[in-house]
Amino acid sequence: MKIIILGAGQVGANLAASLVAENNDITVIDLDASRLALLQDRFDLRTVRGHAAHPSILKQAGAEDADMLVAVTQSDETNLVACRIASTLFNVPTRIARIRSNDFLGLEAGFLAENFGVHDVISPEQEVTDTLRRLIEHPEALQVLDFANGKVRLVAVRAYHGGPLVGHELQDIKRHMPSLECRIPAIYRRDRGIVPKGITVIEPGDEVFFLARKQDIPSVMRELRRMERPVKKVMIAGGGNIGRRLAARIERDYDVKVIDHNKSVSNLLAEQLHHTLVLQGDATDEELLDQENIAAMDVFCALTNDDEDNIMSALLAKRMGAHRVIALINRSAYVDLVQGGEIDIAISPAQATVGPLLSKIRRGDMVAVHSLRRGAAEVLEVAVHGDAKTSRVVGRRIEEIDLPDGATIAAIIRKHDVIIAHHDTLIEAEDHLILFALNKRIIPKVEKLLQVGFGFF
Amino acid sequence: MSRIAPVLNVLSKVVMLFSVTFMLPLTLSWALADGAQMAYDEAIVITFAAGALTWLFTRRSQRELQTRDGFLLVLLAWTSLPAFATLPLLIYMPDLSFTDAYFETVSGITTTGSTILSGLDALPKSINLWRGLLVWFGGMGLIVLAVAILPLLGVGGMQIYKAETPGPMKDTKLTPRITETAKGLYLIYLGISIACGFSYWLAGMTPFDAVMHTFSTMGLGGFSSHDASFAYWNSPVIEIVTVVFMLVAGINFSTHFLAWRQRGVAAYQLDPEVRWFLTATLGSALLIAIYLTVMRVYPDFSQALRFALFNTVSIATTTGFANTDYNLWPIFAPLWMLFLSCFASCSGSTGGGMKMVRAQLLFRQGRRELTRLVHPAARLPVKLAGHVVPNNVIYAVLAFAFLYVFAIIMMTLLMTASGLEFITAFSAVVASINNTGPGLNQVGPATTYASLTDFQTWLCTISMLLGRLELLTVLVVFTRAFWRA
Repeated sequence: MKIIILGAGQVGANLAASLVAENNDITVIDLDASRLALLQDRFDLRTVRGHAAHPSILKQAGAEDADMLVAVTQSDETNLVACRIASTLFNVPTRIARIRSNDFLGLEAGFLAENFGVHDVISPEQEVTDTLRRLIEHPEALQVLDFANGKVRLVAVRAYHGGPLVGHELQDIKRHMPSLECRIPAIYRRDRGIVPKGITVIEPGDEVFFLARKQDIPSVMRELRRMERPVKKVMIAGGGNIGRRLAARIERDYDVKVIDHNKSVSNLLAEQLHHTLVLQGDATDEELLDQENIAAMDVFCALTNDDEDNIMSALLAKRMGAHRVIALINRSAYVDLVQGGEIDIAISPAQATVGPLLSKIRRGDMVAVHSLRRGAAEVLEVAVHGDAKTSRVVGRRIEEIDLPDGATIAAIIRKHDVIIAHHDTLIEAEDHLILFALNKRIIPKVEKLLQVGFGFF
Repeated sequence: MSRIAPVLNVLSKVVMLFSVTFMLPLTLSWALADGAQMAYDEAIVITFAAGALTWLFTRRSQRELQTRDGFLLVLLAWTSLPAFATLPLLIYMPDLSFTDAYFETVSGITTTGSTILSGLDALPKSINLWRGLLVWFGGMGLIVLAVAILPLLGVGGMQIYKAETPGPMKDTKLTPRITETAKGLYLIYLGISIACGFSYWLAGMTPFDAVMHTFSTMGLGGFSSHDASFAYWNSPVIEIVTVVFMLVAGINFSTHFLAWRQRGVAAYQLDPEVRWFLTATLGSALLIAIYLTVMRVYPDFSQALRFALFNTVSIATTTGFANTDYNLWPIFAPLWMLFLSCFASCSGSTGGGMKMVRAQLLFRQGRRELTRLVHPAARLPVKLAGHVVPNNVIYAVLAFAFLYVFAIIMMTLLMTASGLEFITAFSAVVASINNTGPGLNQVGPATTYASLTDFQTWLCTISMLLGRLELLTVLVVFTRAFWRA
């Protein structure tokens, strides 16, 4: 696919990196030559320097025969104008814009599509905020993903000594709780993926992915580890776009404190947040953390723009007694470095953004794509069409489907119902499958399997 | 003199206009032949002549008024109009001293409603109508004073109601010009008054009583044409109607205006005061009803509720009607009612006291300081309806609150110095400065202010004016800087 990316900031650069890795022709446009040079050094892509919304620049970048335009500059307005121009002047088939402002996001569905030619809106801050909110909701989890509007969730959790199921075979969970429907599509043991069978034994330290209905999640987690006390107090370091959104989102349910070192930012925060205590100061200031009783915090989120600051303040908070610390880290090298050490969870905003975009460039009718384990694995939500003749999936039971190794169907969304997958579940047309791919290499095979044969058209 | 002459010029026109209002009681008096026509004839002539003469002498110094002249104009209007308003009373009742008559008319125009007259039922109807009219006009002047003028002058933090000040009241600037705003508000005032009058009439009052009590209710004054006030009817229906309209008049009239223009109740939900005003008054009424039942003042809860509701709402909204002598209740209940009158009514209503908005700001400022002790690094803006209130507004409110409390203490001290016992002195001052009306004991709901000495009467008169003009408007005129600059 020929894809033009507007903006070589954090989001643009990460996007370019993952799209290049999937064999796409990428052109990146940005005003800043040094950023472009850096990108060009690292990846096999083309760069154009200039204003992202100018027709001449877009033309130069090859908009005329591009398949997709992804506008992810800092400015909503530039992104919207660029999409409009790409649709009117160049007829680019797929146009995606990043929108940050709630004013635009709050508009009725279809407005941006009609007036600006925007097919899809991505909002990285929103994605990251949602991810954080789910992690605060389930403090034991390493990762939480929503499907079917949050009716089912895929949760990653580390198994510990003391969980009733740890040291036992997976099928025991049925014996413990016969009424519970739960599917375990993957287990990572010392960073190696395993497709679990009924007789697989869970070991302490395993990273277990399970899928269950929202209300069943605590009971499953209780099987795997000792439960944390429910989160009441949350401290957020950094009142930027993400910190502010998160605080606004959770301030009614939790006791929230936000620290920002900038006076005018903290004044603005105090103005906009009504139930949050806004503190002006340095998140790495021991005295301030002590004064604000960091030891009593259930969750500490370091969400500034600066990776190093986030790591340091998260480490400090952990050392001073914060129960669970989450750090926002952009550089993937750092993510691998810190996760699982003192810092409980490292969140990479890039991955949260890339997922929704991947669903647009994949073949087959992908509804959503989520990257797991820093992009190594993926969960796909994919719609299947056709009938028993044209499709290799529809009209078959799960055990009859010729899935590649490492791929598991975890659940099926049928209209508004969720069916947790069993080996004998029959797949119907227009079902959405939630499919877990243990590693990325098998994705093309999965795509191929799900595509409808030519007879369908 | 260069400062005062242009103000007097404007005032003279107001006085001439005011002389026209005597026509109303005059017409009634003439129609009923109640023997008081002559009083109004003379009053019209004297008032108009005084206005015309002043105008003649000051016509050369006409100029556009400055913001600061507003203080003087407001003070002079609120002191001189009651003086002219005494004329019919003085002429009709030659025994009445000017002190007492002035107290009565100031009580009317400031919508206080404390009276010095007894034998109200025997007075000519036109005199009673005149008393009621004063309250109604006072309420009218007050609405514009509260909605347009005080915010303009920035008195006691009321600048949050100014459109230029950042804050919660952005959309309360109803129309771009004061005169247009005033017209809109008067229409609302008139409309609600008509509704009130009809309700009273349907509830069983005579047409005259309905009109007179409408005037008194809408201005949240409390004058009645009966010595027994609402106990005269002893009708729960009339009392319920009164409670409803007292509550309506206790809400900011610009909120009524917005609600009417938007044809919905959203304006009331967004108003930061309404919820607390209703919670405070109705909640207190309920608590007092329970208290009275527990203390066995009334045999059962429903009776206790009837009397507690009427009197609590009446005092809390600074009206001052009574349907029983609540002075006989255990002292906690009437004291609590007086305390409510200090802050319950909304700004921009016809009620008195320091207003719910200031009470909220003071409370939040207090809470902010407490939080700051625990979290020294916290940024803690004071908010109203989700918007930050600028600190200079908070300071103005703090200064207002200080002066308000200080004035109550000083006035009470002077009252006790003049020989009054404490409860009477304190309640008279609080009831006057909040423009409520009846106090306790010697000035309680069953008696009048007639027993006070001239000195004490003047103290009450001054308190009423101080409270009505929100203290600072009056006090600023007595500063040297005001006259110097």
